Amino acid sequence: MKPTTRTFAIRGLIAIAVLVVIAVLINVASGNHFLRTGNIVSVLRQITYNCILGIGETFVIITAGIDLSIGSLVSLTGVLMAIIANALPFHGFALIAVTLIAGLAIGAAAGYINALPVVKLNLPPFITTLAMMQVALGLSYIASNGRPVELNSSDFQGTGVGTFLHSGLPNPVIWMFVVLGLTSTLLMRTRFGRYVFALGGNEEAARLAGVRVGQVKTWVYVISGMCAAVVGFLYMAQFSSGSPQTGTGTEMLYAIAAVVVGGTSLMGGRGSIVGTFFGALLIGLLNNAMNLLGINSYLQWVVLGGVILLAVIVDELRKRYLKKA
Amino acid sequence: MRDIGKSFPGVRALDGVTFDLREGEVHALVGENGAGKSTLMKILAGAQPADSGIIAVDGNVVAIDSPAAAEKLGIGMIYQEFNLVPSLTPAQNIALGYEPVSNGLLDERATRERAKKVFDELGITIPLDIETALLSVAQQQMVEISKVLSRSARIIVMDEPSAALTNREIDRLFDIIQTLKARGAGIVYISHRMEELPRIADRITVIRDGKAIETRDAKDFPPDDIIRAMVGRTLDTHFPDLPPVAPDAPFKLQVRDLQGHGVNGVSFDVRAGEIVGLAGLVGAGRTEIARAIACADVPRSGTISVAGNPQKFRSPIDAILAGVALITEDRKGQGLVLGMSVRENMTLAHLAQFVNGGMLIDRKKETATALRFIQELRIRTPGAEQEVRNLSGGNQQKVVLAKWLLGDAKVLIFDEPTRGIDIGAKAEIYALMVNLAKAGAAIVMVSSELPEVLGMSHRILVVNGGRIVREFARAEATPDAVIAAATGAAA
Repeated sequence: MKPTTRTFAIRGLIAIAVLVVIAVLINVASGNHFLRTGNIVSVLRQITYNCILGIGETFVIITAGIDLSIGSLVSLTGVLMAIIANALPFHGFALIAVTLIAGLAIGAAAGYINALPVVKLNLPPFITTLAMMQVALGLSYIASNGRPVELNSSDFQGTGVGTFLHSGLPNPVIWMFVVLGLTSTLLMRTRFGRYVFALGGNEEAARLAGVRVGQVKTWVYVISGMCAAVVGFLYMAQFSSGSPQTGTGTEMLYAIAAVVVGGTSLMGGRGSIVGTFFGALLIGLLNNAMNLLGINSYLQWVVLGGVILLAVIVDELRKRYLKKA
Repeated sequence: MRDIGKSFPGVRALDGVTFDLREGEVHALVGENGAGKSTLMKILAGAQPADSGIIAVDGNVVAIDSPAAAEKLGIGMIYQEFNLVPSLTPAQNIALGYEPVSNGLLDERATRERAKKVFDELGITIPLDIETALLSVAQQQMVEISKVLSRSARIIVMDEPSAALTNREIDRLFDIIQTLKARGAGIVYISHRMEELPRIADRITVIRDGKAIETRDAKDFPPDDIIRAMVGRTLDTHFPDLPPVAPDAPFKLQVRDLQGHGVNGVSFDVRAGEIVGLAGLVGAGRTEIARAIACADVPRSGTISVAGNPQKFRSPIDAILAGVALITEDRKGQGLVLGMSVRENMTLAHLAQFVNGGMLIDRKKETATALRFIQELRIRTPGAEQEVRNLSGGNQQKVVLAKWLLGDAKVLIFDEPTRGIDIGAKAEIYALMVNLAKAGAAIVMVSSELPEVLGMSHRILVVNGGRIVREFARAEATPDAVIAAATGAAA
């Protein structure tokens, strides 16, 4: 029998019920700390960067590609934006806006370069973005002489560490939700978004249906680069400096983990931005709960690795189930 | 092989076929596309199980339940698509799975010697140390034959071995087959080419509709008789009446000297309201012509005019914008995004129609359109949101059709429109094609089913070697004449 919408809904409810029970248990074990508003907000703050990077990565992965360069691009755009901001004669909003736009342009350009060999020569994105990862990291050290570039202006501090209109929500969390809303609309409600799915599901069918395959592919890497630039910007605003050391190489792993845990298929054609948010949230909550329960941080790595593996296995089993249906 | 039966869902592929092969004999197996030749041979090679019947080798009844079991019995299969690893050398390919080992390590020298020995026996010279991908098709075929021989095969099945070869290469192939015969091997030779049968075959068996129709010695089986046995049926009459085409109807599609991948100078016209059938054998170039017109493969040269306007297509988008729709032969590979819903597949090629305010997709409008087509085309699906992978072949094909009906196509190219779908859905698709023609579209139909071509075309163009070799008006096209033209028997 084919699964109906109703059985899916029931399964969803069961999953949520199980999660609630687990959350309550953790809450009890952590001395009523886990479910406190302050703790939830701090988890949201912690997942901001990973979530935004994961969002960019989601676009790429739905086309059955991968972008390994995002961590290095966070460093590169952060360093270059700090240099640009120090050179600009503006203040206040104008300074912030021009710096951000410059950063987005740099991220977009890096994404474009990532996409070129993929589109023109059909090279695997694993290789081209791996190369970009090294190039961008090297450039960020060269541009900064290996040291963090301190911001002359303090105008960025509100963005990096302030809260939104006395709501208690940190500004970066608001940024995350804005990016989430924009990209989710782009992916789910526009022609471009539809083509991203079509391309990942069956590239040849998409091409024969008149989809400009090369353009769509280029744009997903550009979007991924721009998401990295947003994170670079927020990092810079948070620390009042652009540092080549922000991108340590693990950002990309966590971002891909959030995407996969969020239900986006590494084989392409299936996924969602909201799923990636929940993937990042789940990983964030898991880390938070393990911290509260005093679990050894090395063991936390092992657990996180297990969760990623589990997510991929579930994806594969679901595919097999569909094939049989 | 005695009384072999095999059914696929909805099709009786083999209906009690009996076939035998003697030592040192070439037994040719001929029949139309889909007659059951390949299925029979796949059963012999253990690639598919038979539903009924028995197979005996050297008089002993055997069970062939896997390719490995077939190999052990000395049955070797040479498919049209070779099973060679392109990045390995010919010698490594021949040894694949049986690599000689010394002290736990691969023995490359023994590997090469083994290949050399087989090549010498066959009297052929092929470089041993280059990548197989660099060899010509003919050479790769020799490697394939050598591979089978090195596993001491005594029963060798060759599926259309001459299809991709030049005349000189075919001569070499026949020499090798003579060598194999002399060594006592039995060879099953599947071919479409009438003219080569008397040269190579000792006996010929004709298969039609899953039955072995007739077996005779090759010298007593003239081509005319073979063709009659291959066709030998009255035409089915479940085709709708074709509305007549006005002799002065405007040309909707004009193709002039089209050249490209597998297309060698093709010119033809299709008038508004006309259905033109492209007949021919597998590999004759019909699909290639269809793809070149719609720019699925960019043609090298030639001109295409749609409704009198010359076009310069550089990508499928240009063709779509000009009003050319290609309904591809391979639904799952090229026509549909299986993981997407019925609605999303239908609107994919014309999404611009569903965008409001220039930005967002109007999902309500999409759903309304999808539901309308589901009803009009009688697509059996639980709803517009169902993933197309869950639909049957016929209903999937209707989704593909809806995708193109959404646009304002002037020219529709159907490549194997009814392959693998049931009779009911077939009739509905035929009716739809007639309605499109009545509405003034020009239709080009590629089909391997002879009755379909004859029953559904105003005119029939027979394709061979990437060229149009004969043209038949509907009235003068008989099955025998079309098959004769397609096989080159009436050259």
